[in-house]
Amino acid sequence: MQTETKQMRINVGPQHPSTHGVLRLLVDLEGEVIKNIEPIIGYLHRGMEKLAESRTYYQYLPMVDRVDYLSSFFNLASFCYAVESIAEIKVPKRAEYIRVITMELNRISSHLLWLGTFLLDLGATSPLFYTFRDREKLLSLFEELAGARLLYNFYCFGGVKQDFPPYWLNKVKKLCEELPDLFNEYEAIITKNPIFMERTKDVGILTKEVALDYGITGPNLRASGVETDLRKEPGYSVYNEFNFDVCTRENGDCYDRYLIRLDEMRQSIDIVLQAIEKLPGGPPDKLFVKRTNCGCGEENCKYCGVDTLLTEKKVNLVNFKPPKGEATSLIEAPRGITSCYVVSDGSKNPYRVRWRTPSFSNVQVLPELAKGSLYSDLMAIFGSLDVVLPEVDR
Amino acid sequence: MYELYIKLFEYFNIPTILAQISWPVFPFVGVATTLVIVVIFLVLLERKLLALLTVRKGPNRVGPNGFFQTFADAIKLLFKEDIMATNTNKILFTIAPIVFFAPVMVIYGLVPFSGNLLAINAAAGLFLILGITSISTIGIILSGWASNNKYSLLGGIRGAAQAISYEIPLVLAAVGICVLAGSMNLPTIVQGQSGGIVNNLFFNWNIFSWNIWPAALGLVVFFICSLAEINRIPFDLPEAESELVSGYNTEYSGMKFALFFLAEYAALFIICVLISVLFLGGYLSPFNDYLSLLIFKNFINNQIILNLLVNIEQIAWLMLKTYFLIFVIMWIRATLPRLRADQLMNFSWKFLLPLSLLNLFIVAIYRFLFPL
Repeated sequence: MQTETKQMRINVGPQHPSTHGVLRLLVDLEGEVIKNIEPIIGYLHRGMEKLAESRTYYQYLPMVDRVDYLSSFFNLASFCYAVESIAEIKVPKRAEYIRVITMELNRISSHLLWLGTFLLDLGATSPLFYTFRDREKLLSLFEELAGARLLYNFYCFGGVKQDFPPYWLNKVKKLCEELPDLFNEYEAIITKNPIFMERTKDVGILTKEVALDYGITGPNLRASGVETDLRKEPGYSVYNEFNFDVCTRENGDCYDRYLIRLDEMRQSIDIVLQAIEKLPGGPPDKLFVKRTNCGCGEENCKYCGVDTLLTEKKVNLVNFKPPKGEATSLIEAPRGITSCYVVSDGSKNPYRVRWRTPSFSNVQVLPELAKGSLYSDLMAIFGSLDVVLPEVDR
Repeated sequence: MYELYIKLFEYFNIPTILAQISWPVFPFVGVATTLVIVVIFLVLLERKLLALLTVRKGPNRVGPNGFFQTFADAIKLLFKEDIMATNTNKILFTIAPIVFFAPVMVIYGLVPFSGNLLAINAAAGLFLILGITSISTIGIILSGWASNNKYSLLGGIRGAAQAISYEIPLVLAAVGICVLAGSMNLPTIVQGQSGGIVNNLFFNWNIFSWNIWPAALGLVVFFICSLAEINRIPFDLPEAESELVSGYNTEYSGMKFALFFLAEYAALFIICVLISVLFLGGYLSPFNDYLSLLIFKNFINNQIILNLLVNIEQIAWLMLKTYFLIFVIMWIRATLPRLRADQLMNFSWKFLLPLSLLNLFIVAIYRFLFPL
């Protein structure tokens, strides 16, 4: 009698506990070994790019949040910077600082969610609750700031919509002092855990070459040893005014991708604290007093100049028409480089909006990493890449 | 108890053969009720404990402090529609949960809960228990195969591989106990752990003669292997939620799922009882005498009441040890991630097996130096 091993084709998803949304993976298994894997995307396609063409710029602004719901501020910033550079609107310094503070806090909350779900993919349940406990604090701060917990719609062309609520910065400061201790708490339970190290070390090694070929960006690329960070080089917004390190790791395995995100969260806290310190005009409660008292009207006054405004000039919401032109913005989002390409034909609606999102590349590199490894590793690898599905499909 | 029961029949002039036939009903009913009560309590305990460890509140809506949550869940499962997918093997699909559950129930009858509370006193009880536990694995494979679901099948295969490789160190660790006790009879094993080491001061306390001292390695091996046997984290690969959806019981719902669920928690409890029987002196108190004897022997002269008190205390001691172990297992669940299939195998064959052999060696030398 002849025996043969038949490959088993298994459909992981679109409904599966650990595909983080509706990704479908066609996996060919031989026993537990993955022979072939094919990601099938598009289950969450909402036509974000096409919808822009039938909406005015301001109507499209709230939708931008939904491109990646875990890092709304970054999408908003990406779109706003693109439109601002077409319309040549200068963003006041205070507004830039507010953007930086909110974006960095958003980065922490996004990484926290990733940390919990990654560990959940590996079978450890409790880190999820710990990270959600701490993410909750950030979300309630955002709620106080923008009125929403996930989709903020807080930026507008030329700045931000509102100033910080009174004493909001004090709360942020207090939280930023608490957070490193909490990160240490995660590290105590995770980093040196032998099972965690077994599961992640030398698993899903992403080499420098493969990463660059596939267009991987962000923490995943930095974990492979490429020192690249748009905040540092070329440095958009006001990031060049802060001291922070670009964290890199050498091996590019799941363990490094975990460590690098913890480092990044620590760096983000640093940036937020520095930004609060340097905020032009100081906290909003003080600013109010100073502005009424000053009234000198000079361009570069510390208290009543352009730098302390939220938007340089008010933009007409209904009739906002940027001149003809096109622009691309590059933003270092938690998952990598988010890029927004906007073409304007001088009318009320954008002629074309194109999103380049980091998760898309992160999904595409999955077959390269997972082929030949065990089925259990698939979840570790996929989890460590930090993919958010709405961002893949747009 | 058995003698009393037969005497009762003789008193009423009923043939004693009827007594002999009908006697097993009582242990069976006793075991079944204990099992259900234990599981209902354990599920609640686990949920509350995990909630405590993961900064949540846990069930707190049904009854005082969520105490009746498990009852509500049980009722829900009872009334749920029993769904069977079209291409399942109907007979095997139905048999599988029973095959999985029945062995666990048998073990409840084989373990001594106190000096007198033991349903079946088998001469080689330990051997029987080790044999019966392996039957459960067949239930896992059956359910994985009969479900006609790829996730279930993978779960079933994993379950089989895991059970086979962890059975061996488990048995070897248990052999160490047989060497120490010179018997496979569980009451004998428990009694063999009494007496202390030297007969003075407090060294005559039972705690010093528990098997944990010579067979400490054995306890470690046995504990880890039993985690794998009952599919708990970090060895819950057959039902790895994030990989296999729910593993071998993906397709099950309603009462059949409840049976799997029941068996899992029942196994968790009984394996902890078994560990305390084998290594932690079972129902013995850690001191040289039972506390109830020390307190009550001066003013209660009735031997039967005194005996009853001792039995209750024995159960209490056993439960204390058991629940401590259960707590450790739940604590582990809240702490550790899951192992990978190949790491699981490596861990068993390259680490646990040599360790259990070393344990056997140490135990044999100990018994050689200090014969029974």
